[in-house]
Amino acid sequence: MRDFSYLRADSIEAARNAAALPGAMLLAGGTTLIDLAKCGVAEPATVIDISHIEGLNAVDVTADRALIGALAKMSHVADHAEVKSLFPAVSEALWQAASAQLRNMATIGGNLMQRTRCPYFRDPANFPACNKRSPGSGCSAIGGVTLGHAVLGTSEACIATYPGDLAVALVAFDAEVDLGERKLKVEDFFLAPGATAEQEHDIRPGEVITAIEIPGSAAARRSTYLKVRDRQSYEFAAASAAVGLELEGDGRTIRDIRVALGGVATKPWRARAVEEALKGKALDEATIREASELAMEGAVDHGANHYKIALAPRVIARAILKLGETA
Amino acid sequence: MTVHDMKHAASDSARLEAVGGRLSRVDGPAKITGAAHYAFEQQLEGLTHAVLVGATIAAGKVTAIDTRAAETAPGVLAVLTPDTIMALKGASDWFGNPPALSTYCPLAREVTFSGQHVAAVVAETFEQAVAAAALVKVWYDETPAIVDLSDGKAGDGIPIDAMAKEWGDAQAAFAAAPVRICAAYNTPREFQAAMEPHGLIARWEGDELTVWEPSQWLDGMARTYAEWFGVPFENVRLVSPYIGGGFGSKALALAHSAVAAAAARMLGRPVKLVLNRPQNFTSYGGRAATRQTVAIGADRDGKIQSIVHRGVNETAVDGMWVEPLGSVTSIMYATPNFSSKQNVVRVNTVVPGAKRAPGENPSAFGIECAIDELAYELGLDPLEMRLINYAEQDPHAKKPWSTRQLREAFAAGAEAFGWAKRSNAPRSMREDRQLIGWGVAAGTYPVRRAHGEAVVNILADGSVEVESSSIDMGQGTYTILAQTAAETLGVPVSQVSVKLGDSHFARAGVTGGSRLAGVMTGAVHKAAGQALDELIGLALSDPRSPFHRLQANTLVVKDGRIASPRGEGPELSIAELMSVVGRERIEAKGDTLPARTTPEERYANYTTIAKSIPHTEGDYSRHSWCAHFVEVRVDEDFGTVRVSRVVSALDSGRLYNPKLAESQWKGGIIMGIGQALLEEGIVDRRHGRIVNGNFADYMLPTNADIPDIQTISVGIPDPHSSALGGKGVGELGIVGVAPAIANAVFHATGKRVRDLPITLEKLI
Repeated sequence: MRDFSYLRADSIEAARNAAALPGAMLLAGGTTLIDLAKCGVAEPATVIDISHIEGLNAVDVTADRALIGALAKMSHVADHAEVKSLFPAVSEALWQAASAQLRNMATIGGNLMQRTRCPYFRDPANFPACNKRSPGSGCSAIGGVTLGHAVLGTSEACIATYPGDLAVALVAFDAEVDLGERKLKVEDFFLAPGATAEQEHDIRPGEVITAIEIPGSAAARRSTYLKVRDRQSYEFAAASAAVGLELEGDGRTIRDIRVALGGVATKPWRARAVEEALKGKALDEATIREASELAMEGAVDHGANHYKIALAPRVIARAILKLGETA
Repeated sequence: MTVHDMKHAASDSARLEAVGGRLSRVDGPAKITGAAHYAFEQQLEGLTHAVLVGATIAAGKVTAIDTRAAETAPGVLAVLTPDTIMALKGASDWFGNPPALSTYCPLAREVTFSGQHVAAVVAETFEQAVAAAALVKVWYDETPAIVDLSDGKAGDGIPIDAMAKEWGDAQAAFAAAPVRICAAYNTPREFQAAMEPHGLIARWEGDELTVWEPSQWLDGMARTYAEWFGVPFENVRLVSPYIGGGFGSKALALAHSAVAAAAARMLGRPVKLVLNRPQNFTSYGGRAATRQTVAIGADRDGKIQSIVHRGVNETAVDGMWVEPLGSVTSIMYATPNFSSKQNVVRVNTVVPGAKRAPGENPSAFGIECAIDELAYELGLDPLEMRLINYAEQDPHAKKPWSTRQLREAFAAGAEAFGWAKRSNAPRSMREDRQLIGWGVAAGTYPVRRAHGEAVVNILADGSVEVESSSIDMGQGTYTILAQTAAETLGVPVSQVSVKLGDSHFARAGVTGGSRLAGVMTGAVHKAAGQALDELIGLALSDPRSPFHRLQANTLVVKDGRIASPRGEGPELSIAELMSVVGRERIEAKGDTLPARTTPEERYANYTTIAKSIPHTEGDYSRHSWCAHFVEVRVDEDFGTVRVSRVVSALDSGRLYNPKLAESQWKGGIIMGIGQALLEEGIVDRRHGRIVNGNFADYMLPTNADIPDIQTISVGIPDPHSSALGGKGVGELGIVGVAPAIANAVFHATGKRVRDLPITLEKLI
């Protein structure tokens, strides 16, 4: 047996203390940790079960902000009436993620810690080289099967795609992650690989995600999450977009717009160039399609994933057009 | 063994229970409540657990294995390597051909594919075995691998002369034809992907081996175990009452089976070995990747003058699999000139195997797409194109069809689908940003026949037992055999219990090629008829029977009660008669083998496939037929394809149970949707390894991908195909689905995608 210690934390304090132990990993819904342990990727020395901590699963939504506890289940947040009405992109991103069974188990905090689905990362026995698993060992994906790999935010060390949906919506609406001592923009919490592919999150030993806060906005209220994939359900995005839209009083001039991308980048990817190009412009299909192309500035493909460069701007454009139609 | 509970409203019983009635699956409640115990659920005293170590290279030699760390790990009982596993004897293949080598080692010294088993760890618990297996260190001398058909080292392969079919002068006629198309069609490596993984529990008691293993062929697998271990066939007992999906993959005892049985013998304790999900992609073969070129020459009125077909399928470096690619090509359409040839190419893969409709499935993808291309070349409706070239007899065997309701299938399907409203031009139908396409394709599968046997017992309480070592992997064997026995004997289905999946029952051949229902209904009908004869004979001749004094010639049994044909005189239940004549049971064993079959021939009939009866034997060519009509919606921006409607009309002859037949057809159609749009084993070309060997990354359709599917039975009883008039059901449904979808995608988008699956990046 691969032995490990199991600790049950009854308070956030206890969780933080235990999380500072070397080789410690937190267990909440378990949908990522147990999966990665079975692959041989996660080999924790200590598993700290935080799923029994009281009060961490609350969801509190007002017009100003949504406050979502780290232990809230994905399915619960997805189905929350105020999340649906005030932050529809958040609800839609959750509904389109994983499967019903996984959404019933997985927590919001754990979802932010979800690891990449890169097949080379997930198979240590057959592919020892992976900078994300063992820094400096190399990248097995480059030169291999890259159909699902990232075209934005890649480096020579790693081209693994960030697989999640929720964080894409969070990044679009400037959400923050509460780590206790620190609060970070979700956008900054996720790290592009650079030369340190093993560092995926700006989280330090002893820190525990306790909540996510999403500021309310007109753009968040009129928002959507569009996920494109070959399979209708239970597949990671070929490309996805979280988009929020606020129009001027004339009903056709864009006052505020938020655009973030999933399935194409190494982290949840805010497309600010698209936003800037569209602010003050008319909600017109040709304009939107032209501006959406700006999201792919600096995109680099590795062969089989070339289609993502063509696909992602279309997903953005269609998401904006969909919001325009729901005026 | 679970006794299936069969209760339904009395008023519906007679209609439901008759052969041809829509009786629900009798094994359904046991499966839903968990009363049905699958192979790996056996609780055995002293059970140990084995875990395999797979090769991390695709080609080369194992130069050294360091087992020391694994051997000293907690709970470890044995670490098996090619040097330490017990010697096994070579076993004959499924045709009964003797082995090339006299010995067999299921752990590889010479690696020919990634994931091949090179060692195994046996421990007291599963977790201990998993942990210790990770400690086994293997060194290799790696050599370059041939990863797939497009590998530069693969070459043209080996011609399979037995697959060649020629008549007329196909090349010359093609060259002379005024209208010609020629295109290449590729299908990728696909996997059966049964939810229940492969594996087994093996237990030795002296020289007797019991194996709990999901199996599509108990007697064939028992023979293999017997030969490996040099024990008599009767000493091996396979138990497989329920199977969690086979789709062709569970008919053979495989290397992992040998490892577990050898470990059990060496340790003197039962061993459980279940492949993990990635190992289910490398331990046995899925459908071989295929390449076909189809050239068709036609007159300007659309009449085909020539078909030239060339096919290639991949096989293993150390094993042969031929996926018969010309099987549909050679019979679907009338043509005066025809040529089909096939090669196989060795690549570094596990030996490919059977997956639903092997041969016919990829064959239909080629010819049914090509005929659509020809229709567009001529400006004809694709359905009209098919009718113009309708084959009135088997163009290859030159024999009449036993029955061919394909014209009826086209008509019924087109009517239900509304085909007449279709506009023929590509990209001519749309709704908002969705391009709509309507496609059609035909499918076929030969009627594979064999001989079978069954035991039917009438017990003292009037209940009836049916016993057979054949199996039910979800297709409905329990149910239709209960219906057959009940109808033949004149008893309610609730009085019949069917026992399957134990090799100590009456023998049975392979469950594959859609042959089981025809074989087993025939055998049960015969055995039940013999039991009925004995029952009536007893009632008439035994002096203690109240019927004795009637001096009648015969009696009738209805609803489990015995009476004279005119209804005069006494009436007794079967139990009452058994009681008055003092009989505990009536036993009847019926088989459909020819008289004077020797014991050796009988053994070969059930333990090899060499005794199958050709579908073109005698005066007729026998096949099931179908026509699929499909609507797809393709997003014009994203290239995503969604199947929004399917109407399929199918000719499987007489249906023994339409509800179960429809369920099997729909299962095949769903599998075809997966094949068309999602499924592909993706190989890393540097390592020769499947990188999507799990259920998150190997895409199978979800419920959300499947629309309402309408199936229409257009079959008529076919007396030349089976005793009760049925033809094959299970394999047929998938054949033609992928080309119907590919043709619909062309109609929607104007793009011909000839490489499956049709994923979004091919349309964007």
